[in-house]
Amino acid sequence: MPEGPITSVPGGQPGVSRRNFIKGVIAAGATVSASAYLFRANIAGQDSSLPGSVERLITLNVNGQERRVDVLKHETLAMTLRYKLGLTGTKLGCDRAECGACTVLVDDVPHYSCSVLTHTVRGRKIVSIEGLAAPDGTLHPVQQAVVDGQGFQCAFCMPGFVMTAVGYLKTNPNPTRAEMAHGLSGNLCRCADYNKILDVMMNAAEGMRRA
Amino acid sequence: MPAAIRDVMPAFELFQPTSVADTLGLLERHGADAWVMGGGLDTFDWLKDRLRKPKVVVDLSAVAELRGIKDAGGGIEIGAMTTLTEVATNALVKERFGLLAEATGLVASPQIRNQGTMGGNVAQDARCWYYRAGWPCYRAGGNICYADTPTAVNREHAIFDADRCVAVNPSDTAPALIALDAQMVVRRGASELVVPAQDFFVGPGVDITRLTLLRPGDLLTAVRIPGTWAGKQFYFEKVRDRQVWDFALVNVASAINASGNAISEARLVVNGVSARPYRLEAVEAFVRGKARDEQTAEQAGALAVRGALPLRHNAYKVPLMKALVKRAIRGAGAWTS
Repeated sequence: MPEGPITSVPGGQPGVSRRNFIKGVIAAGATVSASAYLFRANIAGQDSSLPGSVERLITLNVNGQERRVDVLKHETLAMTLRYKLGLTGTKLGCDRAECGACTVLVDDVPHYSCSVLTHTVRGRKIVSIEGLAAPDGTLHPVQQAVVDGQGFQCAFCMPGFVMTAVGYLKTNPNPTRAEMAHGLSGNLCRCADYNKILDVMMNAAEGMRRA
Repeated sequence: MPAAIRDVMPAFELFQPTSVADTLGLLERHGADAWVMGGGLDTFDWLKDRLRKPKVVVDLSAVAELRGIKDAGGGIEIGAMTTLTEVATNALVKERFGLLAEATGLVASPQIRNQGTMGGNVAQDARCWYYRAGWPCYRAGGNICYADTPTAVNREHAIFDADRCVAVNPSDTAPALIALDAQMVVRRGASELVVPAQDFFVGPGVDITRLTLLRPGDLLTAVRIPGTWAGKQFYFEKVRDRQVWDFALVNVASAINASGNAISEARLVVNGVSARPYRLEAVEAFVRGKARDEQTAEQAGALAVRGALPLRHNAYKVPLMKALVKRAIRGAGAWTS
């Protein structure tokens, strides 16, 4: 097999990228499961007129767009982003608030999206890694610093680190290396590439101050 | 049970009330079926592991009156849903009660502090892994302690006051709040209980299935800290395996009122050593009137660990606690070894 990026699924249609193929499967699955729930009875016989009761069809502000989405009561934000909205840049590592790979910004503050119920962020501003670049494709200074410095090895943890750094730099635009390390301490890298990540993020801080 | 990703949590009915009155109404209506959720960081482990299956989750995130830090006549009142980041960075908290700001800043990780709440940190459940893995132990309503058997792995467990269960209280803010003579404000139906922080936490002798006096239907609404200890001398230290995420192996909080070099009054609380934060009243009485020096600190440390009963793998907690108490009496900046 020739070297290079995989651009087609073996046995599939030529020209369909792996990413788009997966997204297509996700969209089809979401439609099927959503219709299944339409015919399901309410689980606790809930009366929707009670104070505090929750509608399933909600509007989320994700990456600057209003998105209508059918969200289960027990659904986490990571699940909604990845499997309902197709925003697979947000990674799920541990699903237990113990690794940081799923970090997104909620009203500019880094949160573990595996441990947030989607219903609790209704009406709040959610930004995932897909929402950082400018509409014309210009990368966010933190993304640009990552590209320039090649600060990650496998980079599975990278979207989480980038989101945490973006959130942290809003509260402390001029951190020392130790402060930056503390700011990023809620994210793990199993390649243990921390020194390079810190180099890159310090460059990112400088890039943001100049921007 | 190892952490595993199994699609999402089991289904529950979700309520997001916007007032304390509506919350209490929901809790009354659903009784023991209802689960009160603050930041959710303790909650989700239980639900994802299928160990607790509440029919109804009452999410407090939309109750605005439970958020915020208020000046209250020299002291402060912290709403139960105030995030730990807000507490750790609040100017009033830092100015008056640096002890609490410091303890709060050492909880878990930045993202967890951004979401975890003051109320949740004090009301969180035990982290004994036998219990959290769903073993039918005393704390889970059974009749055995799996952490206190000859082959048990009990490195993180209690060295004081074990009574059948050997789990410890995992909170970092609890010892700081007790040292500051804080009071917990609890709504129970139509009545409001104001409980000293020290009495808010209970040992297995009182209730082996709970770490606090909160019962189903109760709602912790706020933490009040009186002005008594504002601006006094504080010391907080947390020892853990990793410098982020981990619960304390042992932590210590002290508040000292000194005139010159003499200690006129002290509060000293250690956590991670028993099922409730362990207040060292004997040491507080011992140091009263003494000079704040090496000798007093040494004796305080020795006195603090008197009566400790370690299990097979946690004897290290005895010298660790002794050293922490010594440092807490000596104070910040005074210790070099």
